[in-house]
Amino acid sequence: MAKQISVFLENKVGRLAHVTRVLGEAGINIRALSIADTSDFGILRIIVSDPAKAYQVLKDARFTVSETEVIAVQVPDSPGGLASVLEQMTEQELSIEYLYAFLGTKGDDALVIFKVEDISRARKIFNEKGIKFLDENTLYKL
Amino acid sequence: MTYWDKEKECMPREQLQKLQLRRLQETVYRAYAFVPAYKEKMDQVGVKPEDIKRIEDISKLPFTTKQDLRDNYPFGLFAVPMSDVVRIHSSSGTTGKPTVVGYTDKDIDTWSELLARALYCSGASKHSVVQVSYGYGLFTGGLGAHYGAEKIGASVIPTSGGNTHRQIMLMQDFETTELMCTPSYALFMYEVMREMGINPSELKLRAGIFGAEPWSENMRREIETKLGIDAYDIYGLSEIIGPGVAIECNKKAGLHIGEDHFIPEIIDPETCEVLPEGEAGELVLTTITKEALPMIRYRTRDLTTLNMERCECGRTHARMAKVLGRSDDMVIIRGVNVFPSMVESVLLNIPGVEPHYLLVVDRKGNLDELEVHVEVSEQVFSDEVRKMESLGLQIGKELESALGIAVRVRLVEHKTIERSEGKAKRVIDKRNI
Repeated sequence: MAKQISVFLENKVGRLAHVTRVLGEAGINIRALSIADTSDFGILRIIVSDPAKAYQVLKDARFTVSETEVIAVQVPDSPGGLASVLEQMTEQELSIEYLYAFLGTKGDDALVIFKVEDISRARKIFNEKGIKFLDENTLYKL
Repeated sequence: MTYWDKEKECMPREQLQKLQLRRLQETVYRAYAFVPAYKEKMDQVGVKPEDIKRIEDISKLPFTTKQDLRDNYPFGLFAVPMSDVVRIHSSSGTTGKPTVVGYTDKDIDTWSELLARALYCSGASKHSVVQVSYGYGLFTGGLGAHYGAEKIGASVIPTSGGNTHRQIMLMQDFETTELMCTPSYALFMYEVMREMGINPSELKLRAGIFGAEPWSENMRREIETKLGIDAYDIYGLSEIIGPGVAIECNKKAGLHIGEDHFIPEIIDPETCEVLPEGEAGELVLTTITKEALPMIRYRTRDLTTLNMERCECGRTHARMAKVLGRSDDMVIIRGVNVFPSMVESVLLNIPGVEPHYLLVVDRKGNLDELEVHVEVSEQVFSDEVRKMESLGLQIGKELESALGIAVRVRLVEHKTIERSEGKAKRVIDKRNI
């Protein structure tokens, strides 16, 4: 399991630049990111080197922030790799809220961040099916 | 129950009406004799001071409006020579020439008495430490509250508005027991306290007297819960005297109008007909003791109802309901009257949503559109778009059913809607009509 930092952003010029600047100045590195956007607002989701600190500095900079539990899954870095993971999840009826790719790799595997509806069930199933996922400390240090 | 002036505040209504009639007659005589503009208006409708024989005859008198104050800028409506005027206050004049009001020594004393009554209603006494965070200066709030607090012998901290961090530090260090400011500023102070890591329950603050802008019962609950205090409403307007025209007792069941100094009426704002007791309409006030600036049937633009029944607290003065809105704050959108206070009530009923909002009215083609900006607090923020969109839809739906028109909700970042240290700005009307 891992902690994702989620930030509410209005669709206004310079907001994203401001978030990244605040993190940069606090010495926090962004390792994965995705933005879900609507016409009025966006939700920035990031995996960073130090989530607790990122939460605090963004809150201090008056952003609306939350911590979200996500899971970093190791996916074979070859054609069909993600498909096989997703197929097994479908079989087990694990619903996915969203997912996005992580910048680094773990050994030969690519990494994908999943937000699932039921995270403890997901862990159990991944363990049973031999799908590997990273513990948070390893993830933040990649 | 403690009263500042039990004899006046609990005077039997029959006796009160006799007092009102005598004072009204005096006021009308003086206005007719010393203020040419009043004489002219009364002559136009053919009313003479001696026509006021009963209290009901007040309805024969012409109304006074803000425009009359502007037309007679600055001192044209004063009924005393300037040598008798000891104080001048004025509006900011953002919508035209400022309105200017004056006070004699006796007027200042009347005003202080009214505030003293309000403070006693809230449980304050000479042992209190009263922090006045209304603006001091031309605005009547600061000095009005200040003189009342001194009158009861409380220790007054005249912090005025602004510099919120320092306000809170002083509140903590000086052990403020009563706070006087606008309700929106009280909530803003709470936010700043949280940022400073101060828990309001550790403060000595026990009550607040809040006014100068309309606020809802929901907002009262929010202030009372967050700050852990009793919140009292106070009503007033500079044209009449300033804050203290009507005050809330601990029953919180309407605001007692100081009827030994003012006569209230409720009229239909369209037809100007006087409405029977209990009906909602525009509050009209006549001052009956004011020397420097008598106001005869002044149209306040504030919408409320009147209740003449004796209050459980023992006071006999008429009670006005919390102001529903101002007829000039009101926006008419597709023929529907919309008050910011209605929006506030809806927002406060949705868990986690804070009452920081802005109404933006625009005209697209020939259609008026209302967009309501609502801040996303941490409690309602979700990382899932679906949940955020359904929050927006939920707010929109509830606003639509309360207002009766379509509303577009725009979720905005926390703390981006301007926090006001005086009166909150709630409406931006971009229509060029």
